[in-house]
Amino acid sequence: MLIIKNLKVAVEEKEILRGINLEVKPGEVHAIMGPNGSGKSTLANVLAGREDYEVTDGAIQYQGHDLLEMEVDERAQAGIFLAFQYPVEIPGVSTATFLKSTVNAVRKAQGKEELNAVQMLKLMRDKIKMVGMDERLLQRSLNEGFSGGEKKRSEMLQMALLEPKLGILDETDSGLDIDALRIVAEAVNQLRSPDRSFIIVTHYQRLLDYIVPDFVHVLYNGRIVKSGDKNLALQLEDKGYDWIKEEVDSLTAM
Amino acid sequence: MSESMQTLEEHTRSDYKYGFTSDIESETIAKGLNEDVVRLISRKKNEPEWLTEWRLKAFEHWKTMTEPKWPNVHYPPIDYQEIIYYSAPKKKEQLASLDEVDPDLLETFNKLGIPLEEQKLLAGVAVDAVLDSVSVKTTYKEKLAELGIIFGSFSDAVQHHPELIKKYLGSVVPATDNYFAALNSAVFSDGSFVYIPKGVRCPMELSTYFRINERNTGQFERTLIVAEEGSSVSYLEGCTAPMRDENQLHAAVVELIALDDATIKYSTVQNWYPGDKEGKGGIYNFVTKRGLCAGRNSKITWTQVETGSAITWKYPSCVLKGDNSVGEFYSVAVTNNYQQADTGTKMVHLGKNTRSTIISKGISAGFSNNSYRGLVKVGKKAENAHNFSQCDSLLMGDKCGAHTFPYLEVENNSAKVEHEATTSKIGEDQLFYLMQRGLSEEDAVNMIVNGYCKEVFNELPMEFAVEAQKLLAISLEGSVG
Repeated sequence: MLIIKNLKVAVEEKEILRGINLEVKPGEVHAIMGPNGSGKSTLANVLAGREDYEVTDGAIQYQGHDLLEMEVDERAQAGIFLAFQYPVEIPGVSTATFLKSTVNAVRKAQGKEELNAVQMLKLMRDKIKMVGMDERLLQRSLNEGFSGGEKKRSEMLQMALLEPKLGILDETDSGLDIDALRIVAEAVNQLRSPDRSFIIVTHYQRLLDYIVPDFVHVLYNGRIVKSGDKNLALQLEDKGYDWIKEEVDSLTAM
Repeated sequence: MSESMQTLEEHTRSDYKYGFTSDIESETIAKGLNEDVVRLISRKKNEPEWLTEWRLKAFEHWKTMTEPKWPNVHYPPIDYQEIIYYSAPKKKEQLASLDEVDPDLLETFNKLGIPLEEQKLLAGVAVDAVLDSVSVKTTYKEKLAELGIIFGSFSDAVQHHPELIKKYLGSVVPATDNYFAALNSAVFSDGSFVYIPKGVRCPMELSTYFRINERNTGQFERTLIVAEEGSSVSYLEGCTAPMRDENQLHAAVVELIALDDATIKYSTVQNWYPGDKEGKGGIYNFVTKRGLCAGRNSKITWTQVETGSAITWKYPSCVLKGDNSVGEFYSVAVTNNYQQADTGTKMVHLGKNTRSTIISKGISAGFSNNSYRGLVKVGKKAENAHNFSQCDSLLMGDKCGAHTFPYLEVENNSAKVEHEATTSKIGEDQLFYLMQRGLSEEDAVNMIVNGYCKEVFNELPMEFAVEAQKLLAISLEGSVG
């Protein structure tokens, strides 16, 4: 599904990622954890194709294609979905209009027939239930005046509608209360399937109580310094990041 | 500059779809302007003497005036002696039916998407088609006449309803009002006249389509709409012109009069040739539009989507004379490449409990300059006047400009006046977000811009709103990132 080799990324000439290697196979859920400033969000944004990030070295293969050659919209159409940490407001564009356009844009790009208004409405109703969103939000401008929880639900709704191959959650859990957290987790769990993978970027372990990852990686100073299974996350919960920092720093000091 | 900003700029460069010229035989008078030309135009139109005199008075006054210099636009001096003031497609004789309309003319309007055969028209829209100086055809005229509605060319109205013309012409925009209005008053050639009798709600949208065809001509049309007590009408105007390297002058005057309980909704989709990507050519659109809410509870709404013209100088205004009258102005003004727009409105509150709303959305791209200029005036006797103004500017790229010039003159303490203004840029964050959901850059830009203009588009009649959205997409093609 996704193979990242020796990925180096700079933002405004400052190196943020310093050689990431990661392979995600179909159906796997990978958690990327790490202290603030370790490069977690950078990784998520680079995968989605955000411009401000300069890839200085390395390669990313996605479903056999060179991901770095693909435009942002092409990546999305090919099944990469990024759930934003801070979803952007689009005044005057109703959530419903936005959802219809994106679902059909992706369907069209994938050679599927576009949905008509009736099919679309039915699909939306189904998925809205799944993420426990208030249907009235559909008529409001996209993300405008949404509470933190509503924004995240809306992100999950979009993910459910677009049915990505690779879902990337960029600290989707930040600022959520426990109920909203559960909603996010349930959405992901329901979407888990043998041919759909997830990369979950999070600072805290608590989201991983609900979404049990297959792999946990710790990112520190732009590198994956430790990988393990779900127990690694529990360890981090217990001991924080300091022990990892110490371990890494002492290694580099030697 | 980021890569996406470059794409944005390339994106804004697109071609003008209506730039063709038609080979139509015209009767054109020699260029230049003097008293004889004014008389000649009047004679060609077979006008009564009072109208000839009215024109001459306007001309005399115009000669004493100077072009306004206060707008935030720049252009080389206009040589008024180099302009042709009258051009008309040659007619065989008097036309009784469409069969007699020159096929080339029909073809021209077909190409513009304005078929003049009634069966091909959108149901519910009557069209008056004006080419250069004259009206070539008005559809549904007879059907409307059954209701007592007069809809047709201004010249026709002068012949058949001189008493109405005499009563209302210049009653809202006096011949001496301003430089371009005075010029228009002297040389206006045609335009539309609408009269809605007492208590009649006009059952269809009335529409005038203006087309400049002839080279070096100016277009000086005049529109007059009178809505009698308790009547209502929705009127649309659209316009295009061929692509030419020289600038062409369009100086129109529009007067609206709403009597007691009458409602006039006036919508414009302005798409005059804007000039090329280097700013060469294009129409100078210097237009005076004013509505008089003469009666109690009357209402006038201006909605405009301005995408064309090299230079736009235009302030559709409302004079709220009747008590409880309402004035509204909804505007989207788009400038791209080297276009310049100085546009806005005036809301003059004179009666009691008058209300006005101003929603202005400016969009600047390329190297263009877009100014909002608005005046809210509350007279001494205007108790409880209320105005709400919202002026937003959206910038695409970093070489364009947006300006806001709000003026306020309040002479009555009971007035409530609110003004909000914002300036924003199409955010890379917004684009990234939409594209991450699978929308192409172009679709993403269109979605953001349409969202921004939504309040104005909501005011347009349905089919025009769709048209306006498309036009906006074309005008901004290739412009964002």
